[in-house]
Amino acid sequence: MATRGFTGRRRPPRADLPPGQYDTGSTWPVLSAEATPHLSTDEYTLTVEGFVERPTTWTWAELHELPPSTYEGPIHCVTTWSKFGMRWAGVSVDTLLGVTGLQPEAGFVMAVSHTGYTTNLPLADVTGGKAWVAWEVDGEPLQADHGGPARLFVPHLYFWKSAKWVAGLQVMDHDEPGFWEQNGYHDRGDPWLEQRYQGD
Amino acid sequence: MTDRAPGPAVPDPSTIAAAAPTTWQTATVEAIRPETADATTLRLRLSEPRTHLAGQHYVVRLTADDGYTASRSYSVSSAPLDPGSIDLSVERFADGEVSGFLHEVVEVGDELEVRGPIGGWFVWPGDTPALLVGGGSGVAPLMSMLRLARHLGRSDLVRLLVSVRTPGDVWFADELPGPEVRVAYTREAPAGDARPVGRLTAGDLPTTLPDEATAYVCGSTPFTNHVTDLLQAAGMAASSIRVERFGPTG
Repeated sequence: MATRGFTGRRRPPRADLPPGQYDTGSTWPVLSAEATPHLSTDEYTLTVEGFVERPTTWTWAELHELPPSTYEGPIHCVTTWSKFGMRWAGVSVDTLLGVTGLQPEAGFVMAVSHTGYTTNLPLADVTGGKAWVAWEVDGEPLQADHGGPARLFVPHLYFWKSAKWVAGLQVMDHDEPGFWEQNGYHDRGDPWLEQRYQGD
Repeated sequence: MTDRAPGPAVPDPSTIAAAAPTTWQTATVEAIRPETADATTLRLRLSEPRTHLAGQHYVVRLTADDGYTASRSYSVSSAPLDPGSIDLSVERFADGEVSGFLHEVVEVGDELEVRGPIGGWFVWPGDTPALLVGGGSGVAPLMSMLRLARHLGRSDLVRLLVSVRTPGDVWFADELPGPEVRVAYTREAPAGDARPVGRLTAGDLPTTLPDEATAYVCGSTPFTNHVTDLLQAAGMAASSIRVERFGPTG
């Protein structure tokens, strides 16, 4: 349905902009549903457990001893902004799962934040070089409003899947809806398929 | 995994309704009411009535003749009383592609594509004690909650604290005043206002709410961060605080 009188203000078209998204440019909106926690790196831990061979908890220092990994490219928020040309650094989830191993039943992951926030992902979306635990953006420490000291980082999905203040990954043998997924948002969240809300 | 109190992961009964799949539908603009110099409320008649929860939002999608679209989310400011009608209150941003269109082009009788209601977290069920704190445009979803409380005769359950720059920036100015509402001014106050102008302080928080109250904080990220810090310093648990962050997304 065309909207009477609407012509829009198109930005220059770019092939890497998913449908229904716009380029937010240099701004980086903050969207989270809870008070921003003030976590120090001294107290920060990350735990991977559940259907793994060796449940493991890393301290901040221990995470930084793992091989670093970086991502350069865009992020896509379900509220329709995308942000391009970002450089993220942290550790690949592949590296973490390489330490813990996986049990044969493992098929899904629930990311859990230090605030209690949760989000669910198929294991296939956090393995194969597609997901990180990230603590640095464009050469600077990740700010608390954006999920620092560290957040899950899954840039090929809408950004609510990239759980801020990530405390751990619970590897599961079945899928369960996380926080936004219980609250009307899509289970997978592929921006190229516009999987924004339940039913998409 | 973590021994911290769970926050947003706690399921809410209302999420059952909130998680229902939504589809795009056509809504007709029934009325347009300016709130301030840069805010306006559109009253929309839904072609497919749907009951919302106080605090939920809708997505508005504009489509050009060639198929180009732009979508933005807006909170419902009306109480969930008439399933066929919603008020969307829209702040105009400088160069806002959608907000500018909604302010300058839309007329009564126009049809808009909308989808909702969306969101099952920042919702007030209508029967729990609640502290509502809104900065500027952040009052919009809280107004739905206040209107519902007044309709139910349960204003005793809610306290609404609104922070705005000047008297000219108060949304819903005719309807807002009441014993459960307090407006704080950061730059310029009306004559006779006893409170010194300035950002919210601990002294602005109501002292008469029960311990089990939930806080609903809505506004810009600097505003919501400031308020959630105040609330936690006053002893409120992070798990009792729900936040909706608004920003200039056009």
